[in-house]
Amino acid sequence: MNILNLFILIPIVMLLALWASRNLRQIRSVMVVGSTMLLALSVYLTIDFISQRNAGTDTPFLYTDSMTWYEPLNICYSIGVDGISVAMILLSAIIVFTGTFASWRLQPLTKEFFLWFVLLSLGVFGFFISLDMFTMFMFYETALIPMYLLIGVWGSGRKEYSAMKLTLMLMGGSAFLLMGILGIYFGSGATTMHIQEIAEMANIPTQVQYIFFPITFLGFGVLGALFPFHTWSPDGHASAPTSVSMLHAGVLMKLGGYGCFRIAMYLLPQAAEDLSWIFIILTTISVVYGALSAISQTDLKYINAYSSVSHCGLVLFALLMMTRTSCTGAILQMLSHGLMTALFFALIGMIYGRTHTRDIRELSGLMKIMPFLSVGYIIAGLANLGLPGFSGFIAEMTIFVGSFEQPDLFHRTVTIIACTSIVITAVYILRVVGKILYGTIKNEHHLALTDATWDERFTVICLIICVAGLGIAPMWVSDLINGGVSNIFTILHP
Amino acid sequence: MEFTISILALPLISFLILALAGMKLPHKVAGGIGTASLAIVAILSYVTAIQYFGAGRGADGLFPTITPYNVTWLPLGETLHIDMGIMLDPISVMMLIVISTVSLMVHIYSFGYMKGEKGFQRYYAFLSLFTFSMLGLVVATNIFQMYVFWELVGVSSYLLIGFYYTKKEAIAASKKAFIVTRFADLFFLVGILFYGYYAGTFSFTPDVRLLASAGIVIPVALGLMFIGGAGKSAMFPLHIWLPDAMEGPTPVSALIHAATMVVAGVYLVARMFPIFIEYAPEVLHTIAYIGAFTALYAAVVACAQTDIKRVLAFSTISQIAFMMVALGVCTSADPHEGGLGYMASMFHLFTHAMFKGLLFLGAGAIIHAVHSNERSFMGGLRKYMPVTHITFLIACLAIAGIPPFSGFFSKDEILTACYSYSPIMGVFMSGVAALTAFYMFRLYYMIFWGKSYYETELKKYQKGEIAEKPHAPHEAPWTMTTPLILLALVSCIAGFIPFGKFISSNGHAYEIHLNAAVAISSITLAVAGILTAAFIYRKDSNRVILSVKVQSKKFIIAAYHRFYMDELWLFVTKRIIFKGISRPIAWFDKHIIDGFMDLLATASQAFSYSIRRFQSGNIQSYCIWFLHGVIILALILIFLV
Repeated sequence: MNILNLFILIPIVMLLALWASRNLRQIRSVMVVGSTMLLALSVYLTIDFISQRNAGTDTPFLYTDSMTWYEPLNICYSIGVDGISVAMILLSAIIVFTGTFASWRLQPLTKEFFLWFVLLSLGVFGFFISLDMFTMFMFYETALIPMYLLIGVWGSGRKEYSAMKLTLMLMGGSAFLLMGILGIYFGSGATTMHIQEIAEMANIPTQVQYIFFPITFLGFGVLGALFPFHTWSPDGHASAPTSVSMLHAGVLMKLGGYGCFRIAMYLLPQAAEDLSWIFIILTTISVVYGALSAISQTDLKYINAYSSVSHCGLVLFALLMMTRTSCTGAILQMLSHGLMTALFFALIGMIYGRTHTRDIRELSGLMKIMPFLSVGYIIAGLANLGLPGFSGFIAEMTIFVGSFEQPDLFHRTVTIIACTSIVITAVYILRVVGKILYGTIKNEHHLALTDATWDERFTVICLIICVAGLGIAPMWVSDLINGGVSNIFTILHP
Repeated sequence: MEFTISILALPLISFLILALAGMKLPHKVAGGIGTASLAIVAILSYVTAIQYFGAGRGADGLFPTITPYNVTWLPLGETLHIDMGIMLDPISVMMLIVISTVSLMVHIYSFGYMKGEKGFQRYYAFLSLFTFSMLGLVVATNIFQMYVFWELVGVSSYLLIGFYYTKKEAIAASKKAFIVTRFADLFFLVGILFYGYYAGTFSFTPDVRLLASAGIVIPVALGLMFIGGAGKSAMFPLHIWLPDAMEGPTPVSALIHAATMVVAGVYLVARMFPIFIEYAPEVLHTIAYIGAFTALYAAVVACAQTDIKRVLAFSTISQIAFMMVALGVCTSADPHEGGLGYMASMFHLFTHAMFKGLLFLGAGAIIHAVHSNERSFMGGLRKYMPVTHITFLIACLAIAGIPPFSGFFSKDEILTACYSYSPIMGVFMSGVAALTAFYMFRLYYMIFWGKSYYETELKKYQKGEIAEKPHAPHEAPWTMTTPLILLALVSCIAGFIPFGKFISSNGHAYEIHLNAAVAISSITLAVAGILTAAFIYRKDSNRVILSVKVQSKKFIIAAYHRFYMDELWLFVTKRIIFKGISRPIAWFDKHIIDGFMDLLATASQAFSYSIRRFQSGNIQSYCIWFLHGVIILALILIFLV
């Protein structure tokens, strides 16, 4: 059997097992076993994929499989992976694994929480392995819906409002997306939904492309926090429980960038080439605007959400630069941002769980009380501001060098504007570190707080190892992704 | 030269050990690990230098550039890739010696200085991290590797300045240092990106044809890189972080903010020198003017400071500016024909690292003894701290440029280079050199001569005016005095190193010869500066000086406040960026963009409420609506069809 099917099957089995389990112990063991299997499977997939590529297989996708679902509309369950999706699957598996530990002590309704959590991961994995536009869309929706409940039920603060806002805005994006997919399907002659086949036919008329590229890009862009459709992100993240924030910022937002690249740009290359400037302007605004807004926020999660707007903006920005290097950088940035933000949200959740406030004006001197979490926070912060040795630096540098390959004035200017984000990021990160971790303890009650428990330490250490590992030995990931990007570029820039 | 990898590996390993397990280790063991690894690094660096320079010049009369390691770390596109490796050439070998020597001295010294301090292990971990990064920076095989380690030294500096993390000033200072240098690094990065795109490589030896065809872009790229260097090397107006960085422990100031990291900018310009001189001589000369202004500015400000570490900080800014000027006044790559400045700059970098390291460590010993940075708590210390006094005096003489101490020789070369560039530059820099002698001896006399604070306090105590008996200042322990003595020895003899034999602008051997006119005039000026300082500050109240002080009160106050540069920067960051840009953007996001989304939601809800009446479940109203419909349809049928 194709091992990609396991990425669907394991979550389904986990769902059933969770449904049947009776107590916390059983729930935990199902989650640990399931997410470990997913992680192991994705590591195996990565290694096997690389060794197959090294052995010389050069078909665009490996592990392909197809099964007809609905003949009249040519909907198939087509699966397969290239370097990009392998990287994304690995990322998702890491986040699901660590997210499990980050919600180790979650109360109440633990079983229901994990049911939705697993359903969400099912959607994510399904999305990344799909090669059929319709199946992809279906999994995309599967991943979005549980978010509403996860935030609305287990969230904090104005959770109903945030959940509703997030869901409505993302659903609005989905509506555009559906239009875009149908446009592509009928534009290409309504013979197939398979992405690779549509791309190879390359028969969508330019006029049709001009209509559907902006629609599709916008549809996915909403999830990628494209300015001005990013406002669901701060509220949504602020209300979401820790592991949901991790999964959302770590993986779900990546669906947007992945879709923009895989569907909008790959299938509508001519329009992508001609209309990219509109979105380049929007994403440049995202990058700088997100970072500047983060400077004056006072809630830790808002700071991080705006930082995500900035970093995810950089992903879309790099994709639109449309050079091989910048697109590789974009995927690296997705990977790196996924890991870093998950780490950040995990730490914020742990700090919030103790102090019951995320307001940076009320926190101070945490270094003395919880050294482990504080050191973790500083590492996450340094990774976020692009310190060499962590993943952020690799991604940003690849993006900037790649963007510089476009020598015209417009691209140069926006690239230099986007570069300024590295300074602004430093400002808001160090502001927070200085305010909440350093200094003397202001709140007497905080003296009684304890440092991280074993499950929290495990989560943090796992993520730090990933972030640092990617930052210290970037060449293999870069090679892996570059293969996938090159394939797309045979269509995008023949 | 394969063993050079351990020069990088040892500090890294020691950092990892101390960072991961440090808190569990006793202080002595933690410090021992750091110091031992540094001692080995220092020995290896000396061995490298002896082997490298001992192997002699190649057939072309140059020391060969050896690259024992170079691996592709991150491929970027088809032509560009970031490499990591080790490159040995005369200046990188010289820097290895400087860094490992000063770092070793600081490691030993810190045993005494940081004794019993909380976070001792963390301190040594950061020192190791810094040393690793700095060594990686100087042996970089390409500009991007340099940038990578450039960022790493920046963060180690951030961590060490903020070592006392409960102290408000330290937090602010560390933040400021990181953000200001990061701001400069932005330009550095853009410069690298331009350079990489047009030169087709990040290496220091690009294809000459590509560079020539790139036109104006290469000078622009080099200028941007210099801004990065100016940030680290504290050139005006990016110097504002360095005085504040003195909040860190004093040995750290000696290592990072005096001897090694702050000269990274000079090293960068020296590293790119062949390209500068060939393609961007105008940029190089601009650097000279920026440097000259910075040198004067910092020297004037140093004359008005009362915190001894700040005096030293401004003196560092001024001295680094001297090195920049020396590089900037080069007009050709031939040391005989206007390329002397390159050698002079590297020479001064070497001697300055030693005597400035010594000054800071001496200041640390003094601060250790009187528990304050302020000069009002000092005075008359020469009786209490003889070793510190003598070594400090040697360093002061060296920096003032009195023969036979090392600073004289290197500064003399710089001044000669300046005079050969233009007499105005020469006279200007000679003036700054005289000012240097003045403010250093002002500092010296204030600390070691004049009225003793301790004795005054003691008298008060004996009279019963104060209840507590003041602590007598004491000489530092041997762990602290040994580095002082060693560095003082180096400062005495380093001037006699035939520097031109090893390092020169075109790589060929150059015989240093003193220019008698320059030497005599600079000695005269230095002595004049010292005598003025002695006249004014040896005794406390001097009538002449008081009247001068009163007359130029405004100027002195302005200089004390560093001519309000910090206030200016604070205005830009706080008022303009934070309050003027960031706040409005956050407001705009919350109320306009998000408000629009909320408006959409509210509007559709309102619309939904307004049409709800159609579905009231009331039969009569259904009938009414039905009737309306029928009438409208009937009217349409009658009039339109």
